[in-house]
Amino acid sequence: MDTATAPARTALLSLRGVNKSFGAVNALTDIDLDVSAGEVVAIVGDNGAGKSTLVKVLAGVHQANSGSISFDGSEVQIADPSAAIGLGIATVFQDLALCENLNVVENLFLGQELAPMRLDEVGMEVKSWELLRQLSAKIPTVRIPIASLSGGQRQTVAIARSLLGDPRVIILDEPTAALGVAQTAEVLDLIERLRQRGLGVVMISHNMEDVRAVADRIVVLRLGRNNGEFDAHTVSSENVVAAITGATDNVVTRRRDRLQDRATADSEPAGPVKEETR
Amino acid sequence: MSILPPMVNIDQTDERLQQSQGLHGALTSFLRSVRAGDVGALPVVVGLLAIGTIFQTLNPVFLSSGNLVNLILDSCAVGIIALGIVCVLLVGQIDLSVGSVSGFSAAIVAVLFVRQDWNWVLAVLAACLVACAIGLLYWILLTRFGVPSFVASLSGLLTFLGLQLAILGDQGSVNLPFDSKLVSFAQLDFVPAWLSYVLAAVAALATFATGYETMVRRRRANLSTSSLNLLIIGSVALLVALEFLCWYLNQDRGVGWMVVFFVMLILALNYAITRTGWGRSLLAVGGNAEAARRSGIHVRNVYLSAFVLCSLLTCVGGILAAGRLASANLSSGTGDVNLNAIAAAVIGGTSLFGGRGSAFSALLGTLVISSIASGLTLLNLDSSYRFVITGLVLAIAVAIDSLARKSRASHGRA
Repeated sequence: MDTATAPARTALLSLRGVNKSFGAVNALTDIDLDVSAGEVVAIVGDNGAGKSTLVKVLAGVHQANSGSISFDGSEVQIADPSAAIGLGIATVFQDLALCENLNVVENLFLGQELAPMRLDEVGMEVKSWELLRQLSAKIPTVRIPIASLSGGQRQTVAIARSLLGDPRVIILDEPTAALGVAQTAEVLDLIERLRQRGLGVVMISHNMEDVRAVADRIVVLRLGRNNGEFDAHTVSSENVVAAITGATDNVVTRRRDRLQDRATADSEPAGPVKEETR
Repeated sequence: MSILPPMVNIDQTDERLQQSQGLHGALTSFLRSVRAGDVGALPVVVGLLAIGTIFQTLNPVFLSSGNLVNLILDSCAVGIIALGIVCVLLVGQIDLSVGSVSGFSAAIVAVLFVRQDWNWVLAVLAACLVACAIGLLYWILLTRFGVPSFVASLSGLLTFLGLQLAILGDQGSVNLPFDSKLVSFAQLDFVPAWLSYVLAAVAALATFATGYETMVRRRRANLSTSSLNLLIIGSVALLVALEFLCWYLNQDRGVGWMVVFFVMLILALNYAITRTGWGRSLLAVGGNAEAARRSGIHVRNVYLSAFVLCSLLTCVGGILAAGRLASANLSSGTGDVNLNAIAAAVIGGTSLFGGRGSAFSALLGTLVISSIASGLTLLNLDSSYRFVITGLVLAIAVAIDSLARKSRASHGRA
């Protein structure tokens, strides 16, 4: 069920002509995006392309200035984070958004406690262990404050929290940026498991390898606009990079050509020094 | 899973976890957390013991039944205001106007009850409504206009002091009749001796019952439990301590109903903070408001509840203070009431930085401040000493809070 299924499905979440500006800066202009159930959509783009703004619009942290968002066929307004959670859109933010003074269980169930008038601490602790075990999390105890955990452990807690409310769409903003090799693989496995469960997954990443490893479709943003959409299984990295940077002749291709030149003809000096942006 | 021995609890499977079991384990893990800066109520308990010892050696009347009955009754009004302060401190805000609001509330009740001949219940309700409006006002200033609560309540301090003077009028003082419910509740109504013993026993039994229930539920869910012996020892110690306290106070006038009311408020707030979703959201907002917002918590509503609850408790405290004095006058709620209430919450261990604290800190902190006041009065030292010493204690308490915070940060404990 890899390549053939991509079109013809009705989108679970779809955006049409979404705009968002901060003062005079148009962070998002006429963004279209579709996410179907059981599909991993990767959103890629350079710094400042509007990826994180798009995530925040979907999560209800920012509100779109115009454009329409429909979820499960009907048009919706995502006025605040609780509205997004209520719809079934869960988000793992890049900065994780955890409360350091609270412990793991308290963070996992924050805002969606079991029995809020008489907290079911035992039930929440059992459920926390279940969730963490599913993610093969390496967390020694759930009764320590988040401040005691490492970056990777915090990432796991944040992902576990997003799964708690049985969401239908899950948005991961740079899920592997802070992780080690093994944990990155765990997160990619997890994303595939989410897809199998029929969730729509939106993943934002800078890492082309990770994107090509799990995504079905790649959506490219550039300077706040849609700049191409690719089938992740067939597209070449060059095409994606070209869309990200906006040109086939870009700093990445020039660097590669330069290196090839250097390898083939040592006599020829490398390209202009100005271009050597690492 | 299969390699684990079958009896391991699901929260103790990680090999890196330091196991602590039984009495000895509880003691070592307590010491470990204190060393890491999780001092909790330890400094204030040590402080109370030190204060008790010092004043008792200087004047043997200090720990007499009669003095303790008065000391505890005197603590109630400020303690209830300190409970309100705990609420706002937990969300990382402050209310500097509690003194004025308490005096203003007392003035409202006195004027409506005595001068306008209202029923006392209606007068109290009216004052409570006004107090809620004050909390609402600070909330609007904070969330709509972005005025920090520090400044908003500072201007409130002056405004409500002015309104208090205005409604008290030229005479400047209203005496509450001694046969009124307000005064008798705050001065004359004491729990019958037998009932005080029963209440103490009920408290200890309830402690044991809730602890035991948690233990059973955790064991059924295959989670680790604290030791039963520890729970029994704790509950019996509580029973003995409370019964002794009741017996000691009953040598004199006994336990005032106002004290029972104060303790009930503490227990209710403690339950709300530790066992409800609302309490969780208070701590979350105080710890990281943006994270709380993204978790779907309505941060504005949490601020609203904290401000309104603070003003409401302040109002109740102010009315009880007026009842204790049997009058509301120009100096009600002025002077050190404001800072005593805030100092009590902080001395008791509620952090000024938000996100950490408990309802019991209001009790402990108020006891410290009232003990100092009472001890110095017994030594015939005037208020100059009281201000200086209370100020020093507050400075020490905040220093301990800050140091513990740093230590927690370096030990990774939030």
